[in-house]
Amino acid sequence: MDASWLIPLAPGLSAFLLIIFGRSLSRRLVTWLACGSVAVAFSFSLLSALRLRAAAGSVPYPARILLSWIRAGDFRADISFRFDPLAAVMVLVVTGVGLLIHVYSTGYMAREKGYARYFAALNLFTFSMLILVLASNFILMFVGWEGVGLCSYLLIGFWFEKPAAAKAGMKAFLVNRIGDAGFLLGILVLLFAVGSAEFSAVDQAVSGGAIAKSTATLAALLLFAGATGKSAQIPLHVWLPDAMEGPTPVSALIHAATMVTAGVYMVARMNALYAFSGTAAGVVAAVGAFTAVFAATIALVQNDIKRILAYSTISQLGYMFLGCGVGAYAAGIFHLVTHAFFKSLLFLAAGSVMHALSGELDIRRMGGLRHRLPLTYTAFLIGTLAIAGIPLFSGFFSKDAILSAAYAGGHRLLWAAGLLGAVLTAFYMFRLVFLAFHGGERTTPEVRDRIHESPSSMTVPLLILSGLAAMAGWIGIPAVLGEKADLLRRFLAPVIPVIRTPHAGSSSEWFLILTATSAAGLGLGLAWLFYQRWPGLPARFAAWCPGLHKILLKSYGVDEIYQAVLVRPLVGASELTYRRFDLGLIDGAVNGAGAATRFAGRLAASLQTGRIKDYALGFLLGTTIFLAWILL
Amino acid sequence: MAAVLFWVFSCVSIGAVLAMILSRHPAHAALWLVLAFASLGGLFGLLAAPFVAVVQIIIYAGAIMVLFLFVLMTIDAKAGIPGEKRTFALAAAIVLALLLLAEIGLAARSLLLAPAAAVSDSIKTAAIGRLLFEKYLYPFEITSLLIMAALVGAVALVKKKDGA
Amino acid sequence: MIPAGWFFAVAAILFGLGVTAFFVRRDLPTQFLAVEIMLNAANLAFLALAKPASAAAAQTIVLFIITVAAAEAAVGLAVILVVFRRRKSVRSEDLRILKG
Repeated sequence: MDASWLIPLAPGLSAFLLIIFGRSLSRRLVTWLACGSVAVAFSFSLLSALRLRAAAGSVPYPARILLSWIRAGDFRADISFRFDPLAAVMVLVVTGVGLLIHVYSTGYMAREKGYARYFAALNLFTFSMLILVLASNFILMFVGWEGVGLCSYLLIGFWFEKPAAAKAGMKAFLVNRIGDAGFLLGILVLLFAVGSAEFSAVDQAVSGGAIAKSTATLAALLLFAGATGKSAQIPLHVWLPDAMEGPTPVSALIHAATMVTAGVYMVARMNALYAFSGTAAGVVAAVGAFTAVFAATIALVQNDIKRILAYSTISQLGYMFLGCGVGAYAAGIFHLVTHAFFKSLLFLAAGSVMHALSGELDIRRMGGLRHRLPLTYTAFLIGTLAIAGIPLFSGFFSKDAILSAAYAGGHRLLWAAGLLGAVLTAFYMFRLVFLAFHGGERTTPEVRDRIHESPSSMTVPLLILSGLAAMAGWIGIPAVLGEKADLLRRFLAPVIPVIRTPHAGSSSEWFLILTATSAAGLGLGLAWLFYQRWPGLPARFAAWCPGLHKILLKSYGVDEIYQAVLVRPLVGASELTYRRFDLGLIDGAVNGAGAATRFAGRLAASLQTGRIKDYALGFLLGTTIFLAWILL
Repeated sequence: MAAVLFWVFSCVSIGAVLAMILSRHPAHAALWLVLAFASLGGLFGLLAAPFVAVVQIIIYAGAIMVLFLFVLMTIDAKAGIPGEKRTFALAAAIVLALLLLAEIGLAARSLLLAPAAAVSDSIKTAAIGRLLFEKYLYPFEITSLLIMAALVGAVALVKKKDGA
Repeated sequence: MIPAGWFFAVAAILFGLGVTAFFVRRDLPTQFLAVEIMLNAANLAFLALAKPASAAAAQTIVLFIITVAAAEAAVGLAVILVVFRRRKSVRSEDLRILKG
């Protein structure tokens, strides 16, 4: 029996219960409900995925219509799911990593007031994300798309008493709105061109030539605008660093492992469309590559541990888009999966550090933590090795898959950018490791006394994710090492056809592996030189070109530019309409109605003199008039 | 004979009510009203309603007015309390009262001018009893509930609360 | 025999006097008595205007009215008593808290 449609049920139900009854439930019950529901969803996912593997080759995968939702003339949108290999991979990542992070959260958020509220939002997020990846049409996908956006907003602003958190939530929501407008327009273009919002219909239209190239390009670019918003690509990347105001497990789940990869998933899901429109694919690849380098350079100089990871996430998402853009959709998804493991591992380890250091975020006030937090250190180191692309760790394989696809596709410039990004990635990650975990202790004394390793509810997920981050790459071993080794690509083949086998020859494969390895090594070595061998060097560099350092520290001032060019004029204009229209006209009308009512009330109240006789007089008058009316 | 009695009772009741209005002390007013109610009972008797007449004298003139006098004694009402002058309201009330009277007269003018109708024979008390316990049984029972409620309500109202 | 209209006229006069009494007097007990006058006037009118055929029914209704009046008197007097206890006054003009 196909149980895939049951996957979102448990988290959705649990979210519903927690929203309605959360306040009155005990923490124990909330914990069990929240984690249990995701565990149920994970088991269903696993069962469905195994079933799918057993029945491999039975294409096409039918969409299962659960409910007829909108039917108007020719247009129809159903609540329908399609469980194909791509959805299976996403669902496994969402529920698997989600489960670990739920468990981690029970330790991390144990002392929070809004415990039930937190888990309600987290469950709702899981539910929405599952809808997003399981949907078989754009309309339902958009529901999930907006649902995860809402949960992201709720969770970034979880500590809404903190103005920065509330503001960051709003920023994330507003920036995503811009992308979503494009996404919605893209859906509409496809609806007009194809007449259906079903993915399969779009694929058929593309393969059957029923859609013009220009229309396809327009739709693909508009959809990609939505992806840049959700997946924090340039120019809509500005919300993700601020989103770190949310609780760290949220950053790990939503802003690293799952939600931000929704854009990549969407592009991979629409691979036929993007493959059809070369322009759109080129734009995707270019934006991805540029973002990968751009965000990595910013991460070089940041001092906030979570901001470094946030810029790193933006950069890694850029890699995924680069992979999709050069036609290696499977590689993009591969990197998505490994990234979900190692980046959530890094975030959770960072959360463990914060937990130990009473909420300290600045790596300049850390140092020497490897002796105090051995378990966290090990986990963080494994995550770093993975993201830096050190051979045999997961990130190495996925990044190599993307870079070699770029190289083999003839995109030398994009490949070079990716390589540069790899060097930068290794550098900033090992800088982080050296500053936070090595060297002398720079913690303040009162913090130092309270350093402790996290509870097992937090360390166990760290251990599991460490294993995954280390070994997940083995599902995508390059062809040169074994013809049948590329498990993931073969699993995804029914959805993501390998259009051209970019066989660069085994010698150039080895060349690529070597360059990627040396790029990682170079970054590692430079970080070692800068932060271990000669610790004075970074300051000298900063002094040497202060302008560059400042620009990087300020993230190229993109926020400031947006503030000046977009936000301020908009706020000014709204202020004007607010004063003129809202205050003057609408409030005037409303207040006027209120004043009139109050005046009438005062008039009527003056009849209520409190004197019995006056009331009796009224009674008498009424009787007289009534009688007169009857008589006349 | 009946005509004489009618005039006597009418004049006495109207005169007593006038005296009640003019008397300065509430207790005097109450006593005047006893007289008025008693002569009203006489009028009831003239209307061939002897049972109602007796009830009127015993319950109204007797029980209710005695209850009233008891309450007056408890509250020790003072005679001739000077109050605020509200001449306009008073004038309006009197005008309206006269108007109402005129209207009632207008409504019943045919009756006033009508020749004397034959007043039926005195109704036997047994007939009333039969009606009460047959046709009007439920209203009758419900009235008992009403009295019960009034009783309990009055006691609850007047009861002094602890410490009050 | 006396015409029913005459009885009715007496009832009307008594009713008008009751209304006047209510407005002329200032103390609650006497105003209460004024209400009783109006009630009795109504009773008289009821009896006077009853059709001969339903005279017994009319008398029964008057009995009901007297009963209800008794109940009303009990509660009304209790209220007057409570008001006096609280405010040491039975002047209706003093009771003006329920003012708009």
